[in-house]
Amino acid sequence: MITIFGIPLQAFLGQLLLGLVNGSFYAILSLGLAVIFGLLNVINFAHGALYMFGAFLAWMGLSYFDLNYWVMLAIAPFIVGVFGIFIERCLLKHLYKLDHLYGLLLTFGITLLMEGLFRSFYGVSGQPYSTPEALRGATNLGFMVLPNYRAWVVVASVVVCLLTWFVIERTRLGALLRAGTENPRLVEAFGVNVPLMVTLTYGFGVALAGFAGVLAAPILQISPLMGSNLIVVVFAVVVIGGMGSILGAIVTGLGLGVIEGLTKVFWPEASSTVVFIIMAIVLLLRPAGLFGKEK
Amino acid sequence: MKLRTLSASLMLAGFGLVSQSALANISDDVIRIGFITDMASVYSDIDGPGGIEAARMAIADAGGEINGKKIELIFADHQNKADVAAAKAREWFDQQKIDMLMGGTNSGVNLALAGIAAEKKKVFMAVGAAASDLTGAQCSPYTAHWAYDTVALARGTGSAIVKAGGKSWYFLTADYAFGHALERDTANVVKAAGGEVKGQVRAPLNSSDFSSFLLQAQSSKAQILGLANAGGDTVNSIKAANEFGIGKTMKLAGLLIFINDIHSLGLNVTQGMQFTDGWYWDQNDETRAWSAKFEAKVKRKPSMVQAGDYSAVSYYLQAVKATGSDDSDTVMKWLKSTKINDMFAKNGYLREDGRMVHDMFLMEVKKPSESKGPWDYYKQLAVLPGEEVYTTLAESTCKLIKK
Amino acid sequence: MNRQALGYVLFIVFLAAIPMLGIYPIFAMKIMCYALFACAFNLLLGFTGLLSFGHAAFLGSAAYASGHAIKVWGLSTELGILYGVAIAGALGVVMGALAIRRSGIYFAMITMALSQMAYFYFLQAKFTGGEDGLQGVPRGTLFGMIDLKNDLNLYYLVMVIFILGYFIIWRTVHSPFGQVLKAIRENEPRAISLGYDVERFKLLAFVLSALLAGLAGSTKMLIFVSATLSDATWQMSGLVILMTLIGGMGTLVGPVLGAFIVVLLENKVGDFGAALAKLTGVEWFQRLGESVTIVIGLIFVICVLSFRRGLVGEFNAWIEKRKGPATTVT
Repeated sequence: MITIFGIPLQAFLGQLLLGLVNGSFYAILSLGLAVIFGLLNVINFAHGALYMFGAFLAWMGLSYFDLNYWVMLAIAPFIVGVFGIFIERCLLKHLYKLDHLYGLLLTFGITLLMEGLFRSFYGVSGQPYSTPEALRGATNLGFMVLPNYRAWVVVASVVVCLLTWFVIERTRLGALLRAGTENPRLVEAFGVNVPLMVTLTYGFGVALAGFAGVLAAPILQISPLMGSNLIVVVFAVVVIGGMGSILGAIVTGLGLGVIEGLTKVFWPEASSTVVFIIMAIVLLLRPAGLFGKEK
Repeated sequence: MKLRTLSASLMLAGFGLVSQSALANISDDVIRIGFITDMASVYSDIDGPGGIEAARMAIADAGGEINGKKIELIFADHQNKADVAAAKAREWFDQQKIDMLMGGTNSGVNLALAGIAAEKKKVFMAVGAAASDLTGAQCSPYTAHWAYDTVALARGTGSAIVKAGGKSWYFLTADYAFGHALERDTANVVKAAGGEVKGQVRAPLNSSDFSSFLLQAQSSKAQILGLANAGGDTVNSIKAANEFGIGKTMKLAGLLIFINDIHSLGLNVTQGMQFTDGWYWDQNDETRAWSAKFEAKVKRKPSMVQAGDYSAVSYYLQAVKATGSDDSDTVMKWLKSTKINDMFAKNGYLREDGRMVHDMFLMEVKKPSESKGPWDYYKQLAVLPGEEVYTTLAESTCKLIKK
Repeated sequence: MNRQALGYVLFIVFLAAIPMLGIYPIFAMKIMCYALFACAFNLLLGFTGLLSFGHAAFLGSAAYASGHAIKVWGLSTELGILYGVAIAGALGVVMGALAIRRSGIYFAMITMALSQMAYFYFLQAKFTGGEDGLQGVPRGTLFGMIDLKNDLNLYYLVMVIFILGYFIIWRTVHSPFGQVLKAIRENEPRAISLGYDVERFKLLAFVLSALLAGLAGSTKMLIFVSATLSDATWQMSGLVILMTLIGGMGTLVGPVLGAFIVVLLENKVGDFGAALAKLTGVEWFQRLGESVTIVIGLIFVICVLSFRRGLVGEFNAWIEKRKGPATTVT
């Protein structure tokens, strides 16, 4: 049996792939956070709760309206996005003139509200959600049996991330967005409706979170708490990647997922803290983050 | 200006604190039972609101009062946090003057509650918890461990599986008191029967994704995967094991399975699984009758823990009635000298160390074709006499046992 | 100045009289611990302008450290508390050194991530007991003389600790060091241009805040004779932020009031919800009552949107307005 550092190859590759799956979630979520932070200068703590909202929407769609996974995959992000726009228009925008910390605190409060509400209606034990028909079953890759659904998660996430990157870095709309980040006044002077852009950006960012939620529904327990433990890791990912770059967020997310997966093999006890350890190291060596620019 | 701020704060504080104490009811003409369990989290189906209902049924069946004193039940959700439970129990003992404390699910919580009850010298009945330490290293003269424990489960299931040929084991363990106890007790049984433990992996309580732990289990090449967890964790690990095709190379051994788990997983996934249980609703006419009453209120069949809640409260109330007192020492003495024979337990008795020894049963999950409807899931393979599966007095680590 | 002193004396007398008033001592002690925790946190947020989202790490680490020292190593109660405080301080040095490299939002996120790391360590370390927590820590005796198992004796010890901690903070704020911190909060570049080693001051404030938060943690451990994971979660960090926000950032008395309100809320939300349910006949209020999280979230949102100065802050502003424009600001 082939071994890598004493671990059988099968286990090694298996954990690598699982790490890639986790990394996809990190990538989408940190991408959403980066997009929102880039334009609004707000750290959206509610990202985790909105991810949870997306997963719940998928479940609700199935249980109450008999809408299957594929329909919810399209609708849920949209609903989450609209909800996000509502939050931005009614609550967040009052805080732009103030210290950015207030935005963090407001979204923290929203997180507690959402988690509390879902928890009081649905309890914490979680709702079951089965894998959609088309993606059931597993493929025997020789070194491990990979459930088809997890392969789909990686593919879908990478596609969405790359699409987002393309729109922001290579299209005119993206150029306007980036310009709005640097100098909103000037962009407004050019006749662009900056507040509208800001609102839509927030909506898009949280729609990404909702999308990740639907992707996660068949894999994880759909529970009101599913977002909160994830969000702190995503914060660490964002600090490591640096918030200046979209590509940076994607690469860091995937990379850290893989590293975490490998840690589970070699040093399982440290697997939940390895991301934070890396964050501490990056902070010591490169405070702006791996891909970030000093702001 | 500061003075005004301070005095305003003072008034507010005073008002609040006084109102707090005014709400504390200090009445001792009532027999008050406090019940702390998991109401909304991983273990809420096994016990939770259903358990509260079972306790209420016991109170109602006892007539709602004893010698003119009303019986009252108060309950709280410990959210699987030992400190929330401990603070609540302390407050109940100090302020609400409860006479008996009941512990629902979660072994860590029950160990904390047992400590407080011992300090306050009040009767503590642990029903939902499984940790054998409650009557072992952490025993107390006031603890009665009623329904089951990890040793009984381990000896029942472990020896049955090893006898059938499953000699090499790997454990997937929930990382807290119960999980460790279950793993330890089962590992001892496996080794004593000539088997081998290839390794274990500890997963945090309430884990949602077991995929990487399961892969590790698979790479150990053991024959049996022992699931030293319960409730939602068991359900999730079985689901994930199915997803990853673990069943093709390893056999799954659920060390603690409740009927609610089988209900949510379905017979397709669980058929043929063998495990130990303390009670089943379809065992005889008595159990069927009581379960029908329970189902009418709670809309699902009761689990072993909920039946245990009913039994524990019933016997406590019988003790109070028989001795005419709610003094803890008197009640415990009566309980330890009475035979426990009711809908829940057969050939049962409460030992010196607090362990309620009664018959356990080896169960197997029916095939879908064998089941006549929802909740008709088990067939009973064997009766396991209490003396054979619980820790014997000779083995006990409890300081109360004189050897 | 005299009126202030009188106010404080009255408050201390009130505190000392609490057991006589028939108030459950454990409840009052819990409030004092959280009040100290909130005041320590406010030193960093209200007076230095640094939002730490990971203060629960100090509360939890001190609780575990002193619990372990007293229960397993057999240290006396006083030494156990000091040990816990020292550990919290050490953790403060490490976390502070890393977090201060960035500012504003990044600082908050880094403190959160680091404290989460501490949480995971506590979750897995053998000595903490993981999910079960560190239970049954003997309260011991104070200086070998006063038996602390007696709730009343413990109450006075906690009261003294609280007053001591509060005094330390008061003295710090009203000192040249405190003035520099306020300067950093108001206008950091200017403070730098005036020649102050801003990084060092920030680190010192951070460590002091950590030490006092640790003191609150060790004391809380003594009250409940246990240290558990919920002391070190990010929800606890969020709770202390809420206490400070409700009470009033940048005021000395605010966090105390905030702590009182939040603890009262936690205890009474269930009863309040039940009362509302009975009143309106709407069953859902019963559920709302049981969910402290919802209420706290709601208060958070309302506070941040329209009540940023907190109760004491608003009160002070109202007094200022009443006095008219010809007053000096304290």
